[in-house]
Amino acid sequence: MSSLIDVENLTLQFRTDEGLVTAVDDVSFSLAKGEVIGLVGESGSGKSVTAKSLMHLNAHNAVYAPQSKITLHTDAGEVDVLSLRTARELNVVRGGAISMIFQEPMASFAPAITIGSQMIEQLQLHGDMSKARAKEISVEMLDRVGISDPHKRIDQFAFELSGGMRQRAMIAMALSTQPKLLIADEPTTALDVTIQAQVIDLMKDLVSEFHMGIIFITHDLGVVAQTADKVCVMYLGRIVEEGPVREVIRHPKHPYTRGLIHALPRLDDLESPLTPVPGDIPSPLERPPGCVFHTRCQEILGDVCKTALPHDTQLDATHRVACHLHDKKEASA
Amino acid sequence: MSDDILISADRLTVGYPLGGSILRKSVLKAVNEVSVHIERGSFFGLVGESGSGKTTLGRALLKAAPITGGSATYRDDEVQYDLATLDGAALKDYRKRAQLIFQDPYAALSPRMTVRDIIAEPLEVMGLTASRQETDERVREIAARCRLNLEHLRRFPHAFSGGQRQRISIARALVSGPKFVVADESVAALDVSIQADVLNLLKELQSELGLTFMFISHDLSVVAHTCDHVAVMYLGRLVETAPTRKLFAMPRHPYTRALFSAIPSLDPDDRGTAQKLEGEIPSPLNQPPGCKFHTRCPNAIDRCKSEEPQLKDPGDGHEVACHRWRELLEAVPA
Repeated sequence: MSSLIDVENLTLQFRTDEGLVTAVDDVSFSLAKGEVIGLVGESGSGKSVTAKSLMHLNAHNAVYAPQSKITLHTDAGEVDVLSLRTARELNVVRGGAISMIFQEPMASFAPAITIGSQMIEQLQLHGDMSKARAKEISVEMLDRVGISDPHKRIDQFAFELSGGMRQRAMIAMALSTQPKLLIADEPTTALDVTIQAQVIDLMKDLVSEFHMGIIFITHDLGVVAQTADKVCVMYLGRIVEEGPVREVIRHPKHPYTRGLIHALPRLDDLESPLTPVPGDIPSPLERPPGCVFHTRCQEILGDVCKTALPHDTQLDATHRVACHLHDKKEASA
Repeated sequence: MSDDILISADRLTVGYPLGGSILRKSVLKAVNEVSVHIERGSFFGLVGESGSGKTTLGRALLKAAPITGGSATYRDDEVQYDLATLDGAALKDYRKRAQLIFQDPYAALSPRMTVRDIIAEPLEVMGLTASRQETDERVREIAARCRLNLEHLRRFPHAFSGGQRQRISIARALVSGPKFVVADESVAALDVSIQADVLNLLKELQSELGLTFMFISHDLSVVAHTCDHVAVMYLGRLVETAPTRKLFAMPRHPYTRALFSAIPSLDPDDRGTAQKLEGEIPSPLNQPPGCKFHTRCPNAIDRCKSEEPQLKDPGDGHEVACHRWRELLEAVPA
């Protein structure tokens, strides 16, 4: 499979009144065409900031470290995303080759402009087409995502649609420009379970139909298990574990991943007590030295975790973990 | 009403007038003839999609939504109140006995008040303490129970994470010494890793302080782990209610079963095998005749479209409102 986007050593800090705050720290991953990658972590783990970097969409106080590199492979050649500056240059990653679906479908549509004019506007911005053609495509897409009566819906406002409908319309809008990469930032979190199941099904269908790559950001491991091929688990701006979805969920190697899985209330086992990951995620202003997770880790080894940053250990070709537990095993083996 | 029931609602209805002509006033019934009995010291779960009326029912029991039909009674060792007619001094007294924990800990706390002031506010408003010293003592005691330390009390809410903020909201709800607490989606806004922590805290507080909880949630797996009795709501009606274990061992209503199968499985090889529910919950303004669920029910027959099933107890305490539950259960291999 050929690569669609490569993220290498992405490090991002925000300039704030309290000093530089590290949001993403040395993150590398790549996504192939037609692959779905799940980015999992608590709030504050840097998953949304990572995703926004791909569209160069972070606020103006963001400082990318010089070694950070994001390469997008398009039909027209390679694009160095972080070097893009002008709005015209950025068009390729903002709605051109990359589209994004946000968490809150009510907040993502302008409230006083019809769904249709918003869809038509972006189509005309990104493709050279007539208004009539843009409308035709928009109606088709609305129909494709399961919105009944698309001819009528297209002239309605966002508030006239229910939550599930709005998220469908959002998906239709994001896909109408035929992006190569779709970033879905917690697209189902605000929805009911029954509607979530429908939206997940829809997204699965669309992946196979349009053959695009998806970065699926969520804190729900169940949703990841249902959608992703590959998982990256993030904590305080670092990827602590990466691997194929089956491997990571069935044989989690990082104590944090294990904690997340154990914290999930299981329906098939009502007897076992709920086990939270103890403590809270530290403030990014007070990043712990050594392994970022050591303040909450249940399997802490001792001083090494508090002082030394664990390196990535490649467990096999596709599964890597950053934890001193696995350093040790390698050394003794 | 037996002694161990704290809250009892009988055909409780909450309706909101919507205008219309004088002759034909239309009314939106958010909660429609719901009967529930909540035992003392229990953890009562209320499940349903958004728009099912679960929050409205919770608020009606707190006397924060207008009760337009039926009755609801609150009874503890000291007092008994009829919630439909409660007012004046009795209502004030009820406010300290029944409290609410909100969903969003980011919106529920005033950013301009210190944590100490937030937790102390109910005591001051209700005049429950005689001196500032006494207030401080009560605040410290309840804060300690919610695992907040003295240092935390001096800070402002922005300095706290979601889980800590929710613990502050819990402390505020409990400081007046309530007997009945409605927790409305209290963990929905939290990360999974923190969610378990808050749920465990609620359980602990319940047994230590002898509280009765009504736990409103859309998440069945959370309810399964915390509640001892569950009621499922759909479009203002209860469709199924049972002790948690019975309900989860063998759900009887097709809606409950659909809710179960919609939960994303943690098994990556178990994708899309579940039966998915089509469509969305109808608008309460435009309620379907007959069984409210028939528009989305995969098993609906003609009878379901005309005749509304009543919530019935077949004798084992597992009540269900469905015409066909028996035959459907037999059709599904156990």
